[in-house]
Amino acid sequence: MIEIENITKRYGDNTVVDTVSMTVEPRTITVIVGTSGSGKTTLMRMINRLVEPSEGMIRIDGADNRSIPGYELRRHIGYAIQGHGLFPHRTVAENIATVPTLLGWDKKRIAAKVEELLTLFQLDPAAFGPRYPHELSGGQQQRVGVARALAAEPNILLMDEPFGALDPVIRAKAQDDLLAIQKHFGTTIVLVTHDMEEAFHLADKIAVMDKGRIVQCAAPEEMLVNPATDFVETLIGAEERPFRLLSIGTAADAAEAGEAQGEPIAASVSQREALSSLLWSGREALPVVGADGASLGRVTLAGLARRAARPQ
Amino acid sequence: MKRFLPNLLRLAALILLIAFLVHPELFEPLLKPLVQANAPAIYNQGSLLSLTLSHLVTVFTATFAATLVAVGLAVLVTRPVGAEFLPLSRSLVNIGQTFPPVAVLALAVPIVGFGEKPTLIALFLYGLLPVFENAMTGLSTLPKAIVEAARGTGMTAWQQLTRVELPLALPVILAGIRLSVTISLATATIGSTVAAKTLGEVIIAGLQSNNLAFVLQGGVVVAVLAVLIYDAFSAVERALARRAGRV
Repeated sequence: MIEIENITKRYGDNTVVDTVSMTVEPRTITVIVGTSGSGKTTLMRMINRLVEPSEGMIRIDGADNRSIPGYELRRHIGYAIQGHGLFPHRTVAENIATVPTLLGWDKKRIAAKVEELLTLFQLDPAAFGPRYPHELSGGQQQRVGVARALAAEPNILLMDEPFGALDPVIRAKAQDDLLAIQKHFGTTIVLVTHDMEEAFHLADKIAVMDKGRIVQCAAPEEMLVNPATDFVETLIGAEERPFRLLSIGTAADAAEAGEAQGEPIAASVSQREALSSLLWSGREALPVVGADGASLGRVTLAGLARRAARPQ
Repeated sequence: MKRFLPNLLRLAALILLIAFLVHPELFEPLLKPLVQANAPAIYNQGSLLSLTLSHLVTVFTATFAATLVAVGLAVLVTRPVGAEFLPLSRSLVNIGQTFPPVAVLALAVPIVGFGEKPTLIALFLYGLLPVFENAMTGLSTLPKAIVEAARGTGMTAWQQLTRVELPLALPVILAGIRLSVTISLATATIGSTVAAKTLGEVIIAGLQSNNLAFVLQGGVVVAVLAVLIYDAFSAVERALARRAGRV
């Protein structure tokens, strides 16, 4: 759990983060969104003290984050950034081993961890471990960057626009991988982005920042239905609301009893994708199947339309 | 094939150089036409080999000291605490470069006496600037994301410097050392005017006795040394840069 209390950061007369308070629940994904210069990155960097606050306090699992030296704190908080920031003079395996090495793990444990993470991120340890970062593609570098951040099994992972440099196809894959990893480790994730699509796809809670203040911090559905200010509404994009609503839930949630013909939809895809499949196939309904191939019923155009409508 | 020929030439130059230093008399027929009758064609007032070695020792000692001080200064002024010393450091190393080594020798002799010492001082001051400027460039142009990542992973300031910043800046720093060594190799010859044991002795002896062969052998040995050392540094830099993915 991360508790942020009245945190303020000033550079001279310029207040970048202005008395912000929020709580990040354990094992959830909180996405901080906002325009450039809204203070979202600064807020996040105060959690691991890359930036020291001017006022206020941040508690991590109940303890003030200033109770141990900054570098010590950062070894226990994963940190992944845009453009991955991999060390170009070190191999992939050495990059991932950075924090465990700093923590003084023994060699065997480090090697085992590196192998586990590379396998988890679908990179063959024997082939990729000894390579240098510049020999990898952008998507692979990004995965190694996240693997490095997770190497010391941190409870908390901070991510600063981690997918910003990826092309749309790889980005979607990286986001799904992140969700799977978050389930796997139960990590608490705080992610900064300016991509609303990404925010709605990943977030348990979205915090909207504007001019150094949090204007709304709420679950995605709540934010869609009751945007706190005009700014939030603009950021969401009024014409996108029904689709955003659909992108939050999965096809499994929208499944109804009944039979349908056609190419089945996986239960794990979003309702938005289900709608897209329905529209494209020209059908009123399509069957939904679970990961094991068992039928879960069907999704219908009418059913999705009801779900996309403004909740009463 | 593209690399083969230059390397072959370098190897040939190295072998010829060593052969000449160990058995200079073998080359006497080549140099004989350059001198008047009865004058010696091969330097005969000392061993060429030992002069060359002490020339190299002087140059490397001075460059080593200059590197330590220059890199140390560059590290200091690229830290937040040392940033305000940047203009001062820059002026200091610039003075070292603009002050002519001959003038340094003249000023140093009354203080430290004749011999190696004044030469070492002159070469040290002269060698500071290239190393300092390159180390500054190397350390201040590191990709921001990488420095940020080093901090973010929980490295202390010292670990950031030794594990990330210096290794990444190393190819650029080496380029500075290469310039410094090359300049010093040539400049060291004037040290012989104040009795330092360098190859300058051969050149000066040649000038004094109007012996072109002496001047030539002193000059050529220094030139070949400079070219070979320059190339060796370049090769190391390229290898490092390639490994870091900068090429």
